[in-house]
Amino acid sequence: MTEPLLKLSDLKKSFGALKATDDVSLTLLPGEIHALIGPNGAGKSTLIKQIAGGLRSNSGTVEFAGRDVTPLGTVARARAGLGRTFQISSLAMEYTVLQNAVLGALGHDGGVMRFFRPVMKNRPLVDRAMAALVRVGLQDQAAKRTADLSHGQRRLLEVAVALTLEPKVLLMDEPMAGLGASGSKRLTGFLDDLRTQAPILLVEHDMDAVFALADRISVLVYGRVIATGTADEIRRDPTVREAYLGAEDAA
Amino acid sequence: MARETLLNIVLFALLPVTALAAFMLDEPFVITLVTKAAILALAGVGLNIALGLGGLVSFGHAAFFGLGGYAMGVLASHAQSYTPIMESPFLIEGTKSMLVIWGVAIVTGGLAALAIGALSLRTTGVYFIMITLAFGQMLYYFAISWPAYGGEDGLSIYIRNEFPGLNTLDPIQFFAIAFGVLAIVLFIASRLAKSPFGLALSAARQNAERVETVGITPFRLRLVAFVISGAITALAGALFADLNRFVSPTMFSWHTSGEIMVFVILGGVGRLFGPVAGAALYILLEHVLGGLSDFWHIYLGLLLLLVVLFARGGLIGTLAGREVAHD
Repeated sequence: MTEPLLKLSDLKKSFGALKATDDVSLTLLPGEIHALIGPNGAGKSTLIKQIAGGLRSNSGTVEFAGRDVTPLGTVARARAGLGRTFQISSLAMEYTVLQNAVLGALGHDGGVMRFFRPVMKNRPLVDRAMAALVRVGLQDQAAKRTADLSHGQRRLLEVAVALTLEPKVLLMDEPMAGLGASGSKRLTGFLDDLRTQAPILLVEHDMDAVFALADRISVLVYGRVIATGTADEIRRDPTVREAYLGAEDAA
Repeated sequence: MARETLLNIVLFALLPVTALAAFMLDEPFVITLVTKAAILALAGVGLNIALGLGGLVSFGHAAFFGLGGYAMGVLASHAQSYTPIMESPFLIEGTKSMLVIWGVAIVTGGLAALAIGALSLRTTGVYFIMITLAFGQMLYYFAISWPAYGGEDGLSIYIRNEFPGLNTLDPIQFFAIAFGVLAIVLFIASRLAKSPFGLALSAARQNAERVETVGITPFRLRLVAFVISGAITALAGALFADLNRFVSPTMFSWHTSGEIMVFVILGGVGRLFGPVAGAALYILLEHVLGGLSDFWHIYLGLLLLLVVLFARGGLIGTLAGREVAHD
């Protein structure tokens, strides 16, 4: 069996009496898309923050590429190869689309303490940034101000910036949110190809996308993983139906 | 050519053209005013790196301005009294050389900014403003209560310091020096803004989370920006002291911090030539309105209010429009 790239063991996080993350263990294997689903307030975003390094866990460990990264912060985990997209687009809004992508390329390159040569004339960085934009289909918007992008285009730019980092693993927090049917379908196709380059831990509400993409699905309810399995197994699991899918059928 | 570039060229030319015209008309006082504008603009260019690029609202840049002033005052006062600054363990003597004084001012300002920044950059928002203000006031009271260098009365330097090949007491020649320094620093600041460092620093101001997510630490960017900013403002302080041939604790006071901030805001926060436009306008208002009324600060306050309410890009923003994201 292949070694998991990302391995969470017994992660815990409480806010006062609320157990936001309650003994979560899961793995992400090379080449797979592992979807994390669950009703609102189940603790998905909290868990993503714990994995990305923005939120310290009360206990438990995060292993990444065979290395314990639990004590590391966001910056160090990003440098180790953990790419991330946000639920609410997190971009430098005054910058052009290309500049946001170049920022990613600069982060990957690491040479940020250079003070004199114009960064937008740095061919390797700009080429890397442009290549990422081409992959998500934003090359024609490169010179546009990020603030002027549509919501869906911002989501794609987030993915492009993550790609410039050549991540070993991608954490994606609701990339489909607000994309609309056609946009969502296009991104689904794109993520389908992406998994061979970097496995994806995908938090998503769009069940069509989740069931189309995910090799494995974990269901999070009140901070606990109540089931992990293939799409079929999850569909058939009675506890999941009761806790989550059933509620959606009723609605 | 972009409108802002054109405006920058006009602003840049305005200082030497005014100085030369005053020279032709034999108006040395006007030359001194223009020199003052150039030096204050330099202080603003320093602050603008922290404030405009980095989003660091430092209310304590008088600390660096004053340190630059006292670097000049201490070195020159020892040189004019022929007493060494210290004899043991090794001998340090005063100097009248501007170049040496500038070097000392830059290093002192940079080191002070490193210490102040390392502590204050752990906070944000109002706390950052307050801590930088506190550091500035600390130095202010220290300067007042330190009798060796004049205490509250300050220090007078009788003869302006020396610059190789120039007569620094001649107003137009001293203007040339100040303007030359401003030009060099503006060039450095323009390169800095477009460099990899500038891209990341400005991104950290817009969205710190984004910068962390690509594996860059905002704190380090901000600290380096603060050091560069402090060093430039200290250099301006040394020139300002040389212009007046006088240093006093006033250079350290929070009024000075406020004034430097006013130059930047009037001219346009984050715009390369914002501090130049702001300082020139400030000197002009001080001179014109100050001649009409002793209470000219009321009108300045009104203008500042209008800029903050209706023209967020300051003078440059109003004339040249929204900043074009650099290509």
